[in-house]
Amino acid sequence: MTRQNKRIQKLNTIEKKQSTTPRVKKVSDNIFEKFRAYLELHAQALFSSLGKLLKTPLTSVMTIMVLAISIALASSFYLLLNNAEQLTGKLEASNQISLFLKSNVSDLDGLKLADKIKQFAEIKMVDLITKDSALAEFRDYSGFGSALNALESNPLPTVIQVIPKNSLERSEDILQLVADLERLKEVDIAQMDMQWVYKLQSMMNLAEQGVILLSIILSFAVVFIMGNTIRLELEDRRDEVLIAKLVGATHAFIQRPFLYTGFWFGFFAGVMAWLIVMVMMLILKSPMERLSELYDHNYEVLFLNFSESLILLLISSSLGVLGSWGVLHYQLKQMKLE
Amino acid sequence: MLIFDKVCKRYPDTGDVLLDVSFELHQGEMAFLTGHSGAGKSTLLKLIAIIERCTRGQIFLNGHNLHHIEERYIPFVRRKLGLIFQDYKLLTDRTVFDNVALPLVISGYGHQEIGRRVRASLDKVGLLTKEKKYPLALSAGEQQRIGIARAVINKPTLILADEPTGSLDPELSSEVMILFEQFQQVGVTVLIATHDINLITRMDYRVLSLQNGSLISGGIA
Repeated sequence: MTRQNKRIQKLNTIEKKQSTTPRVKKVSDNIFEKFRAYLELHAQALFSSLGKLLKTPLTSVMTIMVLAISIALASSFYLLLNNAEQLTGKLEASNQISLFLKSNVSDLDGLKLADKIKQFAEIKMVDLITKDSALAEFRDYSGFGSALNALESNPLPTVIQVIPKNSLERSEDILQLVADLERLKEVDIAQMDMQWVYKLQSMMNLAEQGVILLSIILSFAVVFIMGNTIRLELEDRRDEVLIAKLVGATHAFIQRPFLYTGFWFGFFAGVMAWLIVMVMMLILKSPMERLSELYDHNYEVLFLNFSESLILLLISSSLGVLGSWGVLHYQLKQMKLE
Repeated sequence: MLIFDKVCKRYPDTGDVLLDVSFELHQGEMAFLTGHSGAGKSTLLKLIAIIERCTRGQIFLNGHNLHHIEERYIPFVRRKLGLIFQDYKLLTDRTVFDNVALPLVISGYGHQEIGRRVRASLDKVGLLTKEKKYPLALSAGEQQRIGIARAVINKPTLILADEPTGSLDPELSSEVMILFEQFQQVGVTVLIATHDINLITRMDYRVLSLQNGSLISGGIA
């Protein structure tokens, strides 16, 4: 035994000098050969996982449909929002303010006021509408021409139309300007012509954030569904995994086919989701086009374009891989050899 | 090449399974590990394959202290071992060829190299003609030989066999033993856990006897 003790002491000192990692013998002198083998492994995992998916078509289709519906929900919200934004986007330009002057203010005083307002830093353009021209315009457009003739005097006020500078894009700034203008003593009412556009825009902002949040939640759903699918698959192939571990497989090796399975699920779910969204949009196309006529044909129904479709597939595939990876990372550590 | 130095293994629920086990196996040595069921034979083998870690003491394999092997390097240690099991642990949905090839696929060999070595290995155990068959279509003795072909394909320096003849009749058992002797003759160290007394007495090799977790004989080479 003393001989052995001496040897152990020697081994321990040698061990300390060496790195603690066992030296891994080079598999092949030819790095290309090794790289090719590695690619072969990936190709093999890619196709064998597809083959396994096809072996149980019903289960696969059901899982893919659940994933696809989640993804389709998120992408159709996105698409509807895009279409709605197209409508409001066209209305964005106009943020004109109308100042209705008090009725005792003459056109001449109105002109003086307009000149004064023009000096404001925030103002881009000022346009004066005299009482007479307002009446003439009203007569032309309203169809009450003859009725107006019966009036003894012109009841319309002088109006100054103010267009603020483009730099005033924040609605608070515009509201501030409106309030300032309303405080002028000649001004009766200051009205933002397109105030509803701002209301609509803030509603759109809200909807946009809502869609983002919803998409995040639905992505979580996809990740969890995928994770559970892979967990069952892993349980199903438990023996195989344990044997691979026994003969020296790394976690990366064991994970690979499962990650590809996740990829395929995500990919097919993406394709399915794309189809669902397209069918939905085709159904909605004709009512949307009727709406478009009301907007002087300025409106075109938006479908998912090429890059958006590509991004959809990319996101769904990544979510599939992510869900699988999360479960594998956890489960493989839990799996103990017996 | 394999050194156990006062190795203890304690499980929280069953207590000490191995107690102060010390022995040394030299390169190219063949030895039996014996003892009644529950004496700690399987546990001892598991410690070498780092399926379990010892509670106290040290184990050296080819000069490496197994205690210092990090979790992520364990697969590379196992690739240098040939593990053989009583229940063969074959993949029933893969062909004989694919079963034997598994360690090479895992190690990242190209398919030409794999084909060559798998056939050489199958030839060694006399199953070259059965490479396209599935394990369940073969007899128990043949299945164990597939297990052996798989264990030796990575050219291990140490073969660990846990009751390799447990499910085989005496005739098949001796066939398997002859295979082990052939590997030992080319310099591979072989450690066989078994309680088959006939087998042990018939073959004249060193015997390590475990009793209640202690090594009662064969500890000193």
